[in-house]
Amino acid sequence: MCGIIGVIDRGRKEMDGTQIRRALAQMNERGSGEGAGYAVYGCYPEYRDCYALHVFFDNIHENKKEVDDLLEQWGRIVHEGQIPTYDQPNLRKIHAPWRYFFKPDRSLMSWSPSPEDDIVTHLVMRINTDHRGALVISSGKNMGVFKASGWPEEVADFYRIQDYRGYLWLGHNRYPTNTPGWWGGAHPFNLLGWSVVHNGEITSYGTNQRFIRSYGYHCTMFTDTEVVAYLIDLLVRKHGLPEKMAVRALAPPFWDEIDAMGERERKLNTAIRLTYGPALMNGPFAIVVANPTMMMGFTDRIKLRPLVAGECGDRLYISSEEAAIRRMEPGVERTWMPRAGEPVIGRVNG
Amino acid sequence: MGGTIRIDAAEMDYTALNRQIRSAAASGATEVVLDHVLGQRFIADGLRGTVRLIINGVAGGDLGMFMSGPTCIVHGNAEHAPGNTMNGGVIVIHGSAGDAVAHSMRGGKVLVRDDIGYRGGIHMKEYYDKTPVLMVGGNARAYLGEYMAGGLIVVFGLGGGAAVTERGIGSGIHGGEIYIRGPVEDRLLGVGARKLPVGDAERKRIAPFVQEFASHFDMDAKELLAGDFTRIGPASSRPFASKYTWE
Repeated sequence: MCGIIGVIDRGRKEMDGTQIRRALAQMNERGSGEGAGYAVYGCYPEYRDCYALHVFFDNIHENKKEVDDLLEQWGRIVHEGQIPTYDQPNLRKIHAPWRYFFKPDRSLMSWSPSPEDDIVTHLVMRINTDHRGALVISSGKNMGVFKASGWPEEVADFYRIQDYRGYLWLGHNRYPTNTPGWWGGAHPFNLLGWSVVHNGEITSYGTNQRFIRSYGYHCTMFTDTEVVAYLIDLLVRKHGLPEKMAVRALAPPFWDEIDAMGERERKLNTAIRLTYGPALMNGPFAIVVANPTMMMGFTDRIKLRPLVAGECGDRLYISSEEAAIRRMEPGVERTWMPRAGEPVIGRVNG
Repeated sequence: MGGTIRIDAAEMDYTALNRQIRSAAASGATEVVLDHVLGQRFIADGLRGTVRLIINGVAGGDLGMFMSGPTCIVHGNAEHAPGNTMNGGVIVIHGSAGDAVAHSMRGGKVLVRDDIGYRGGIHMKEYYDKTPVLMVGGNARAYLGEYMAGGLIVVFGLGGGAAVTERGIGSGIHGGEIYIRGPVEDRLLGVGARKLPVGDAERKRIAPFVQEFASHFDMDAKELLAGDFTRIGPASSRPFASKYTWE
């Protein structure tokens, strides 16, 4: 059981973190105080062209130099510094959060169609699999993930999430069930522009992570949601599937439903299921995924976790509970329950 | 004794709220009005007696769980599982409700004006004179009446289109009946469920419940009863006997 919420302003109007902090705290019954986190898009406009790498160091003196050297080998650190934190009575600062604004050197992977993204992905996988006291928790442009072990209000106050501004926010209130709670296991999970929050459990994790490993993605955070971020990156960024089709691969219709479709739809859905069999996610889940231009929510195909959507002007909200949406936006004009396995998508205009 | 007590639930935790509700009921109030409710869970759980709760706002999960006697009237939507394992009383929702409405319900009535989510009436059961009733004005999603062991579900589909368009109706049903206004495609029936004939006896059986439903929502009971109903029940009383035993 976990609580999730996301909001996108299609007109890119910015919101600070005050309201999402309240909405997450509204769902404290869904958490256990062992993990909470936020993703915010649009928070680093002054470094919009750099990859913002958020890193958890075990300790800065010992572990940081190796990461510095590796980054300088692959590009240029434009700016760096500690992520400001503020002591909270019940939150132990186990890691030192640091951020780099990084520009990769395109010429070092000139064979790739997207050299910068591929260099950054390579660096994230390299640092996270080395287990040398450093963990990259977010790596997108003009966005960042802020997370820790604690209740949502504590984690928000620890980072002063209220002071960050962005047009798209995700939040997560964690109740770890299958692995111990730790800072790296808190949501959102991120790679490049993709961030994911999730309620449920991916029982096909073993199959999924074996599949994704053959494409160079390594799961290192001891929890299932990480694999979702990598699956989406593979399917949408690398294989070029539209987001809706990616959801068809992850939460496909049943075979009897595919059999009842018209010929064209049937062929398409059969091809997706056959091609991406090992990407199919089993088990109960409600997920919200975001990238810099869109936010998308979907559940498993038999709807074993709750998901509610709401709209107010330019804003689309997706959450585990309607009350959390109303806590964030009391004037919400319309709320509805998306159908199992069918994505709800909000995109920025233009 | 008697009278109405108002409670402002704004920013109040559910534990404190339920304590106040219990103390109001114990003091002999006949009506308790809760204003600014926003997602507080477990409202009226385990509450006994005949008190009437008016809930203004969004009722949180498990409204009226184990409740035995009181009436809850919600002016707004309800989150998951209102009427969970409820024993007696009435829940009236002037809005929609989430998944697993009337989950494992044992007695009383849950009346929802608009739509319900997935697994409505999952594992409802009955015992002698205890027959739980779930009635839905709008539409219901997949796995309606899953593992149903007793009781009555009625879905009117007033939201437009067919009342139920999703799979697994009565999956694993082994008792009770589901009435859906209008036709239901055969492919939507779950394993162990089958369509049964609807005659005068059946219409007569559901008529008093339909009248009560209509009176709560200012609807015309005759109109609600006028359409054709599809009745769905168990194919046998032990549809999975051979799966779990070697007799």
